[in-house]
Amino acid sequence: MSESAGLLDDLLAGKHRALARVITKIENHDPGYRELVSGLYEHTGHAEVIGITGSPGAGKSTLVDKLAEHYREQGETVGVVAIDPSSPYTGGAVLGDRIRMASNVGDMDVFFRSMSARGNLGGLSTATADAVKAMDAFGKDKVIIETVGAGQNEIDIVGAADTVCVLVPPGAGDNVQMLKAGILEIADIFVVNKADMDGADRTVQELTEMVHLGQGSTTVDAGHHGFDEVEMDLDMPEDTDPWTPPIVETVAIDGQGVVDLVETFAEHRQFLEDSGELTRRRRQRVAEEIRTLLRDDAAGLVAAEMDDHGGVGAFVDNVMSGDTDPYTIADDVMEPIRDCIEEQ
Amino acid sequence: MSTDQSQRSIRCLVAKVGLDGHDRGAHVIARAFRDAGFEVIYSGLHKAPDEIVQAAVQEDVNVLGISILSGAHSTLVPKIIEGLKEYDAFDDTLILVGGVIPDDDKAELKELGVSEVFGPGTPMEETVEYVRENAPER
Repeated sequence: MSESAGLLDDLLAGKHRALARVITKIENHDPGYRELVSGLYEHTGHAEVIGITGSPGAGKSTLVDKLAEHYREQGETVGVVAIDPSSPYTGGAVLGDRIRMASNVGDMDVFFRSMSARGNLGGLSTATADAVKAMDAFGKDKVIIETVGAGQNEIDIVGAADTVCVLVPPGAGDNVQMLKAGILEIADIFVVNKADMDGADRTVQELTEMVHLGQGSTTVDAGHHGFDEVEMDLDMPEDTDPWTPPIVETVAIDGQGVVDLVETFAEHRQFLEDSGELTRRRRQRVAEEIRTLLRDDAAGLVAAEMDDHGGVGAFVDNVMSGDTDPYTIADDVMEPIRDCIEEQ
Repeated sequence: MSTDQSQRSIRCLVAKVGLDGHDRGAHVIARAFRDAGFEVIYSGLHKAPDEIVQAAVQEDVNVLGISILSGAHSTLVPKIIEGLKEYDAFDDTLILVGGVIPDDDKAELKELGVSEVFGPGTPMEETVEYVRENAPER
């Protein structure tokens, strides 16, 4: 506890080493990390969180680099969390996004942190959201989350960012159609990067058609991101126009289009605040965090209960020898937990 | 019954510093470390010492591997070490130097705080085992 308290004080005092160490503890789920994140909570809520996702080769890291450079020129501090896949076999990872951050070399006020997905199928986890909190508490004005799109990744990033930006490389025409359902649901802003290449105009056209098609849908609007609604007492302005994802063209390597993109981020931010959507999203985020933590805690209890019965290996042996089946085992393990809950 | 399950991983920064453009060895090491289950951040070529320090501090690496085949180690390594000390990262970062380092200079580097120097021809397993055994806890 004293170590956590010291780290927290140092982080709030602006020590880079402490921020780095806190993120490591979060990532490692080190003993005491929960107290750390709990202590950070009251200092969060100030940073604007931008999620940037897209297929490999879309130029995300280069764009993040230029965004960071632009914000620094405006005198704002930046934190970047870049997530790369890890090997499902060895757990190893080559975290290569830092190489692209060429414009911000030596600038300690661009705090860049590489994270491995550590086997999470979605790529993101509570560790990412907690790392964002650490950067927020540290005092960063902007926090950018960068992750490779792979279907589930794109859905997960919604839970961590206020604004979600999907990068599409030119020539992705056919892929855009295939990604239609996922992309339309999560993107607040589309960026066609490498817009100087052949195929860019066609991609912009197809994205435009997709966005309009999405608008014309007769599906009941269950919220912009389609999550289960958390009941709210908020006074929502009823006449606010819904946000239509704009399409911004960039050539990140040259910095072209970056200013437009920054302005679009600001417009989306203004929309979030005016419409009350920002509060709704943050409530949704907190709800999901609570569910995830409870799920993890419950899983821990179940794991402990299994250990009392000889561990999962003993159960497997029973199934393999034909004595029982996985469903019966699950019922047996859950019985004491179910009994305790029902007694309340 | 704690659910704080550790997900510890050894994080390594493979750094190319100065004008040295030989990157094949660094790539081979990065891949070997990845396959050993480590998380590897690669710096890219032509980095200044303060860029290496920035990366090592922000990434909170357990291990900093510096690849130098240009003969500039006596100039560059001290600058990196000085930067690590400035950010309180020197005491718990394992510093390794790989590449072409004359024997006389090895002792000098170790006095500065480099933990080990690996020359050309060092078996991959030797480096991996050294890291496993010596990487400081985080």
